[in-house]
Amino acid sequence: MQKYVIRRLLLAVPVLLLSSLIVFGLMRVMPGDALIALMGESGNVGQKELAKLRKDLGLDKPYHEQYMLWLWQMVSLNPGDSIFTNEPISVSLKKAIPVTLELAALAMILGITIAVPIGVLSATRQDTTADYAGRVVAVSGLSIPDFWLATLVITFSAIWVHWIPPIGYVSFWDSPWRNLQQFLLPAAVLGYRLAAATMRMTRSTVLETLREDYVRTAWAKGLAGRIVVYKHALKNALIPVVTIIGGQLGTLLAGTFVIEQIFALPGMGRLTVEAILYRDYPVVQTNVMLVAAILVTLNLIVDLTYAWLDPRIRYQ
Amino acid sequence: MATVPLRVPFEEPAGTTINRAHALWLTMKRKPLGAVSAALLVVLVLTAISADVLAPYDPLATQPEIRLSAPSRAHPFGTDDIGRDVLSRIIYGSRISLWVGLLAVGIGTAAGMVIGLLCGYCEGRLDLIVQRVMDAIQAIPGLVLALAIVSVLKPSTTNAMLAIAIVIIPGNSRIVRGAVLSAKQNRYVEAAQALGCRHPRIITTHILPNVTAPILVIASIWLGNAILIEATLSFLGVGTQPPTPSWGLMLSSTGRAFMEQAPWLAIFPGLAISLAVLGFNLFGDTLRDAWDPKLRRQG
Repeated sequence: MQKYVIRRLLLAVPVLLLSSLIVFGLMRVMPGDALIALMGESGNVGQKELAKLRKDLGLDKPYHEQYMLWLWQMVSLNPGDSIFTNEPISVSLKKAIPVTLELAALAMILGITIAVPIGVLSATRQDTTADYAGRVVAVSGLSIPDFWLATLVITFSAIWVHWIPPIGYVSFWDSPWRNLQQFLLPAAVLGYRLAAATMRMTRSTVLETLREDYVRTAWAKGLAGRIVVYKHALKNALIPVVTIIGGQLGTLLAGTFVIEQIFALPGMGRLTVEAILYRDYPVVQTNVMLVAAILVTLNLIVDLTYAWLDPRIRYQ
Repeated sequence: MATVPLRVPFEEPAGTTINRAHALWLTMKRKPLGAVSAALLVVLVLTAISADVLAPYDPLATQPEIRLSAPSRAHPFGTDDIGRDVLSRIIYGSRISLWVGLLAVGIGTAAGMVIGLLCGYCEGRLDLIVQRVMDAIQAIPGLVLALAIVSVLKPSTTNAMLAIAIVIIPGNSRIVRGAVLSAKQNRYVEAAQALGCRHPRIITTHILPNVTAPILVIASIWLGNAILIEATLSFLGVGTQPPTPSWGLMLSSTGRAFMEQAPWLAIFPGLAISLAVLGFNLFGDTLRDAWDPKLRRQG
């Protein structure tokens, strides 16, 4: 297992380096450059001020130097300042990351808690009304845009229940109840999409596993249905489910970008979208790179979990 | 003692080839949802093509005196905050969604196919380097990458389409590469190589026909995703710009602002996006079942 962990860690490094090159290159092919775009909007800014700002931001250096500098800043957790607010990006991220992580973690917990039991129910009651209902819920989850679902959830909870999530972010440690009120709806909306994909996978893998010989043996021994399904079948059926959850992590992180906008949560997604609209490229490149790093790390964890669950993987 | 009937595996007689259209038809007959999805897509395409004829009003014409009117016989989906007919805007919006989806998937699939064919056929160092680049692109979530690309270019429908195309390339190239690697194992490819056929000829006449099924299946599934990403980008304000009618933009510009006063502004565009995406998702599933069941786990 140790060898496998080291190999996977070593493979993640070049991927991250290449991703950083792509993000950096992307920001440099901007027609004109970000400063001209920014200054053009603010009006009368002289060439001198522009040159000074360019020097301050290190944009007058050759590209390879700029890249190495940025890489060093990223590694030393000091990715520079925002062009727009002048605030250090690390300070903004320190406030934004916990919001996004809380939203994603809650969405994941809600999604998996709903998906696995419904997937199992759907498989054990194949072709019954419960199964059809489960499948409709799953297919809808993959087709309904989360921003539409979020808009509808807010609209109808405001019209029917006269309630909307409290505005103005409060951290969990300051007021757990108010924090949960703020996060429950967005996490449920975000978790629905994850639940849909997981539900479909759980159903099909449990169906496959229920037809295995060892499950038939368990039935033949006269074991109770619950023990056969949950102790024998589900354990093996969950291995591919872990993979599908891993594959959904990117969608989940991207989903936070949209959901945070709608529910006014000051997370990384909101920070990035605002930076994009203001063309604040240091913030955009740092945040995109950070999302890539988080995703690569999470995928690494999923792969390691997979290898832990299924010993055949680590000996390949 | 009970006798257990032996199941004799069914083998197709040699030389029998099932026509793809026929295989699709058989799958649709077996799974009515496939037929429903095909019907949905036909309606979508016809709506987009004949928007000029179908739309009861000009989608850009404003009538402030009937602003925020509820659905009625004259305006079945109501009117927006400046009195534009929502139904007409949704009908014209189908053009944007379909156009962006088809072009983005077309470009992304073509580029992914060329990269996948080259990597799978040549293997070696080229394959290693290109596939690591694809890994690096895939490390960034699709929507986030599309957002970054649009921020570099400029918010517009064309740039959103280009961004979606770039997002599609890595996944497609990987599927094509896998299919090429497997097709290369066939004896007839070895025979063609032994006969001294040139590489472009081997690729185009012997390998390409084997990878068209997975390409078409993945493209159909991507069409739904492309429509969803375009709607999301427009919703966030970095895709299609006003006053062009786009479903995502309609939701963000008026749908959210007047959601309590005029919920129809949020309901109908969202429904249109969901039905279009559902249609492509279900049709993609049907194509996969009909042409390439091996892709089920990958897709």
